[in-house]
Amino acid sequence: MTTTPVPSASEGNATSLRSSVSPANLTPPGLFSAEFWQETLALTRRLFIQLQRRPSTLVAGVIQPLMWLILFGALFQNVPAGLFGSTQNYGQFLSAGIIVFTAFSGALNAGLPVMFDREFGFLNRLLVAPLASRFSIVLASAIFITTMSLIQTLAIMGMSYTLGAGLPNPLGLAIVGLIVLLLVLGVTALSLGLSFALPGHIELIAVIFVTNLPLLFASTALVPLSFMPDWLQWVASLNPLTFAIEPIRYLYLHPDWGFASVVLQAPWGQVPLGAVLAILVGFDAIALLSIQRLLQRRLS
Amino acid sequence: MSTPPAVLIKNLKKCYGSVEALRAVSLQVESGQILGLLGPNGAGKTTTLRCLCGLASPDSGTLEVLGVSVLTHPKTTRQLLGYVAQEVALDKVLTGRELLQLQAALYHLPRKTIPARIKEIIQLLGLVPWIDQKTGNYSGGIRKRLDLAAGLLHQPEVLVLDEPTVGLDIESRVVIWDFLRHLRHRGTTILLTSHYLEEVDALADRVAIIDQGRVIAEGTPAQLKDQVGGDRITLRIREFTSPEEAQQAQQMAATLPFVQDVIINTAQGNSLNLVVQPQSDALSTLQQRLQEAGFPIFGIAQARPSLDDVYLAATGRTLLDAEMAAAGNRDPKAARKQNMR
Repeated sequence: MTTTPVPSASEGNATSLRSSVSPANLTPPGLFSAEFWQETLALTRRLFIQLQRRPSTLVAGVIQPLMWLILFGALFQNVPAGLFGSTQNYGQFLSAGIIVFTAFSGALNAGLPVMFDREFGFLNRLLVAPLASRFSIVLASAIFITTMSLIQTLAIMGMSYTLGAGLPNPLGLAIVGLIVLLLVLGVTALSLGLSFALPGHIELIAVIFVTNLPLLFASTALVPLSFMPDWLQWVASLNPLTFAIEPIRYLYLHPDWGFASVVLQAPWGQVPLGAVLAILVGFDAIALLSIQRLLQRRLS
Repeated sequence: MSTPPAVLIKNLKKCYGSVEALRAVSLQVESGQILGLLGPNGAGKTTTLRCLCGLASPDSGTLEVLGVSVLTHPKTTRQLLGYVAQEVALDKVLTGRELLQLQAALYHLPRKTIPARIKEIIQLLGLVPWIDQKTGNYSGGIRKRLDLAAGLLHQPEVLVLDEPTVGLDIESRVVIWDFLRHLRHRGTTILLTSHYLEEVDALADRVAIIDQGRVIAEGTPAQLKDQVGGDRITLRIREFTSPEEAQQAQQMAATLPFVQDVIINTAQGNSLNLVVQPQSDALSTLQQRLQEAGFPIFGIAQARPSLDDVYLAATGRTLLDAEMAAAGNRDPKAARKQNMR
């Protein structure tokens, strides 16, 4: 038995790697370096390969809101005109709610794949790698979910257009996209945070379950604020979903919109479009900040 | 300039709640060697490796890879290490090649070199026929080989393997053993855990025995066996000997001058395990005395000390017994929690 170290054989790579362990080379690549984008791209690619081989989530994700639009829209088709504010028909009223609710549900589920990676040990594969920043795991999920949401949004807008709901003007469309993006980003962040904080997927699904529908019903997705009892008006006008639904609805109905246009008549005051966007940005900032500490603790 | 050891672990301590997983683990692996970490389930092998690879943070202690601290420069040491976990976690929707491509990006291999590097590693591990199939269709041996390929893709200085062949068929085990010898030959340092004695005996340059969160013996397999000293005689009076008869034989054998120790192995039908001075006539003398005393002989065999004897001498129980005890105490749910991040 030999006790002398075997000289590392003529393998070039071994020697070059060893020589790289000098104090000068101890600063590895950081956030937003080329290496960061390399790993983010690879992680995002994985999610899209999964989607391509298992397209059922996307198919269901597109069909479900269309069913909402058709069936739920038909449910209130015969309500007297003017009951739902200035909208022509209920279908038009509903589409903004369905766009937001669909994006919200998708983002809320963003943590599930990460949770399964944790449970199956695949996450360990990522964590033992010298990632430039583990934020790439979060960013890859966010890119994926955002893309999904935008595809769903386009499908809903197309469908509601054929149902006679019309379309916002081009700049209005861009604002709709921005609103969806802001909501998805914040909710995705919270869901990813939960996927690291909770012990397993059962608990995560339970949280998704008790969040999803109550937030829908306590928003203006299905009925206007004026329709609700006072206490619910208060709840709904503090619900982030309402801050996404009302401006989209306004953009649909008012081609002459501006950032000062009042889009939400809350019991606590009038909220213009610009303020709604600011509130959504604030929501994202709070969501990202609140998970940042958690992720840092969990991932390092 | 003296070369630092490939892996240096000093006084590593780690508790999970009130359970002391690692009490004081100290280890050193010289460059180019294979160190086998031997111990029963629950001894702290996996926890040691998890600390080394940055999946668990130790409560205290020193961890260095080629002189670089794991605790202060984790990204650098991660690049130097290749870690192959005990349980193979593959994305069953991806093909083997896609998994390796992902792995290559996670280790920031230059994009242009990736296809050639993947080609090389899959040839080395005999994965070519399977590489473009989804990993969900792989057999256990192929999965393990792909996992090994993933761990080696970035040509790590130190390969860390947690139970590399547990649960594998003999053929896959031999493929992996041969491959590890080949790697060592090319200069890769390997730290592996195992609770297979023959695996450690076959592969390792040095062995460290770990028990209850402590390294209790360390050396080359030959050194350790020599330290234990003596030869081993296993004596079975009958196929299933009664305890009384075994005790009588034990008392008789203990009076022989060349017998150093006699124990009754209840797990093997009350056979007698004797430690004797290595002398040529030990076996025949014992046989003769047994006959004179009127004991029948069902089976008798003499052997040089094995790693199991080393383990027995160090811990006071055989590896198998330790395994059984650990299996009884094991809480699989808690263990899974521990490994989840």
